[in-house]
Amino acid sequence: MERAEMHDTPKTDTRAGGDPILRIEELEISFGPTSVVRGVDLALRRGEILALVGESGSGKSMIGRAILGLLPEPGRVSRGRIRFDGHEITAPSSPEELRLLRGRSIGLIFQEPLSSLNPTMKIGPQMFEAMRLHTDLTEAQIRARALDMLRQVRLDRPEALLDRYPHEFSGGMRQRIMIASVMMLKPALLIADEPTTALDAVVQREVLDIMEEVARANGTSVILISHDLAVVARYAERVAVMEKGDLVETGTTRAVLADPQHAYTRRLLAAAELGAPDPVAGRAGAPLLRVENLSVDFREKKVLGLFGETVHHAVRDVSLTIAPGEFVGLVGESGSGKSTIGRAICKLTPKAAGRVVFDGQPLDQIGAGEERHLRQRIRVVFQDPVSSLNPRMRIGRIVREGLRHDRSLSDTERQQAAERMLEAVGLSRDMAARFPHALSGGQRQRVAIARALIARPDLIIADEPVSALDVTIQAQILALLKRLQADYGFACLFISHDLHIVEQLCARLYVLHKGRLMEEAATPALFASPRHPYTRRLLSASPRLERGEKGVHLAEHILPGIAGDDLAYYDAMRPEEPYRLIDLGAGHRVAIRGEQAGPPVR
Amino acid sequence: MNFILRLLRKPNGLIGALMLGAVLLMAVLGAVWTPYDPLKSDLLHRFAAPGTAHPFGTDMFGRDVLSRLMRGAWVSVSIGFATLVIPVLLGTILGAAAGYFRGWFDRLLIMVLDALMAFPGLLIALGLMAVIGANRYGVILALSFAYLPAVTRVVRGSVLSISQSEFVEASAVMGNSRLYTLIVHILPNCLAPLIVLSTMMFGWVLLAESALSFLGLGVPPPEPSWGNILSEAKAHLMRYPLLGLLPGICISVALLGVNLLGDALRDELDPKSASGPSKETI
Repeated sequence: MERAEMHDTPKTDTRAGGDPILRIEELEISFGPTSVVRGVDLALRRGEILALVGESGSGKSMIGRAILGLLPEPGRVSRGRIRFDGHEITAPSSPEELRLLRGRSIGLIFQEPLSSLNPTMKIGPQMFEAMRLHTDLTEAQIRARALDMLRQVRLDRPEALLDRYPHEFSGGMRQRIMIASVMMLKPALLIADEPTTALDAVVQREVLDIMEEVARANGTSVILISHDLAVVARYAERVAVMEKGDLVETGTTRAVLADPQHAYTRRLLAAAELGAPDPVAGRAGAPLLRVENLSVDFREKKVLGLFGETVHHAVRDVSLTIAPGEFVGLVGESGSGKSTIGRAICKLTPKAAGRVVFDGQPLDQIGAGEERHLRQRIRVVFQDPVSSLNPRMRIGRIVREGLRHDRSLSDTERQQAAERMLEAVGLSRDMAARFPHALSGGQRQRVAIARALIARPDLIIADEPVSALDVTIQAQILALLKRLQADYGFACLFISHDLHIVEQLCARLYVLHKGRLMEEAATPALFASPRHPYTRRLLSASPRLERGEKGVHLAEHILPGIAGDDLAYYDAMRPEEPYRLIDLGAGHRVAIRGEQAGPPVR
Repeated sequence: MNFILRLLRKPNGLIGALMLGAVLLMAVLGAVWTPYDPLKSDLLHRFAAPGTAHPFGTDMFGRDVLSRLMRGAWVSVSIGFATLVIPVLLGTILGAAAGYFRGWFDRLLIMVLDALMAFPGLLIALGLMAVIGANRYGVILALSFAYLPAVTRVVRGSVLSISQSEFVEASAVMGNSRLYTLIVHILPNCLAPLIVLSTMMFGWVLLAESALSFLGLGVPPPEPSWGNILSEAKAHLMRYPLLGLLPGICISVALLGVNLLGDALRDELDPKSASGPSKETI
């Protein structure tokens, strides 16, 4: 085992200082004979925020659970100890001692705000529950404290909120309610396990800001567990990096970012900063794909199915083009309709209106045989590497199937082509005999790419192809896509919620919000001078790591003067409201309100 | 092979397989060889106690009980297997068509199935038997029909959920026809729940056949089946309880074996079931 690299220096001491509130010594956590965490030493000072960073399977969540004495069966602390504020957590005097510590002194916030709130209980009683258990306050005092806490997490009209059920709130609001109810007891330590991973960038920023604010105000120490170094770097004074159960590096955030000591940290940073953008520009000439005024509606039967149906306008009047060999990014939050556009292009979702013109031919308006032939040249790479490969098929057959409609080939030729393709995506030939479950997520995504590329398509629709993967694997897959593009020359519609990933690859970007196009521009122009208030908010919510003269540091887009009114307008925009895009020159187009004469100038 | 080994390593899998194995062995043996002719009566030795000549004694007509149980096992088990064929084949076709193509066919089918499932399967079988007549083929046909809705629903459900998978969409994008996608990508993934259901159904059918025979609507005497052996023993149960006990034990062992094996199979095959499956089978 490698020793953790330590480089705390006196001048980077935190504001709180003093005795550590939490001390973990040589902690080892085992599941049966296998240890998932080995020899971890960590100390947390009062009021300090520590980021515990690592990829899936690194053991970071297990440490969080061990601190609460809540390891899932059959996990147990097999060596070492955890001391919290004078209590031996690994050897409590009684189970009662641990139970009292939880909730009162140590709070926990989970990743999934939907399942951590009880759906059958109103917010109020849920918040009061722990207070009744752990304090002697009267009902009125508890209620007052709850209202105060809800105000602290910046929720409006908290009185009304107490009488509502969790499903009435969005994910971000639920997570804020979670924070409020955990922080009500003013715990000395808060463990936040991927608290915002399920949320969109903008909401994520908001929730973490609030969490930091509340923790600082109450002097609570925080362990922020995350896979995303760029997100947590903003909040944490110190960072601890985990790799496969080992703590490989701890230090102040600035020192770790600027001068990482361990090879794994360097790799993690390299993956997070993603290097300099190197977009794939298209070839000149007629566009390969033209989507014209695409609208997609989802119809939902009303209750009882008797009184018609509600129509949800998932995509409204969206037009976009892709040049041959060009990588085009389609970005937006979840629910913005970005995936729906991709699905409508490959006919997985029916269109309500609009045309898709591929290579000069309007699909759907030509003969069925010809359309089928054209569609052979469009392939898809999906997000979820688990569900996108048939679990009952061997890898070789999965890849080979992409060539099924090429009648000029014999089965042996298809087989050989599949093996060559596997090598092209960086897998070995003998993987062909395996089943998908024997592969890792990154390997599976390579198989999905091989299946898409084996027929040499002209267009790949990549629907969040890396968002289910760890950062270091993400970087590998993106590099692979870029290399394969250079070899095969395909164009790609890259659908993503992550601005920095599309910045890496895409020559042009389309920003989508609530099913409408907000802005369209060449990537550098969009990052340098975003014109639409929504784009600005999206950019400012996405922190990123950049390499400067003094190593890596946290870079943020600080964009003054986001037009609050405009933003509220676009957030509340109803489907039938008019909107249009106006041209600012050089391919930069931006949405304006129906009645506006010009672009938002700032 | 690995799969079978894993199955047998589970206690319920092993015990279930042993019990069911014993029943199947008895049935196969009963088809080709029995100690005595199970139909030949010997009125001089009625109600003989178990002994060296007749290990389980003789019944009210002096027929050898062991021979009748063995032949009865064959009759019951073969009816059990035969009854699986129609529901599994027809149910798979109907369920797959409904789940994959949806539309009016799906709605109509679900309506009919819901109506059918409102009645107990045995009641439907009883009604059909009254029309078809009480014989071996009548039993098979009536029970097939009674269990058709269960299979159809299970297949439809798994087809519905697997149709949502991205690999099914990937197949559509590749330009594969819907029928090809259904047969190559979707149905193989429905196999696991279908195998589990078939195992359980085999047990239900054994029980239902016995029940029908007991009511006099099953396999007509003198041909033995576990059900009608039990039924015939009914009149003499007070004085010769062994006559009723033995077929009862046979039915119980078969059912228990099927249920234990079915549980183990479900744990192994169905990743969504409560008790954790091993990762390799998913």
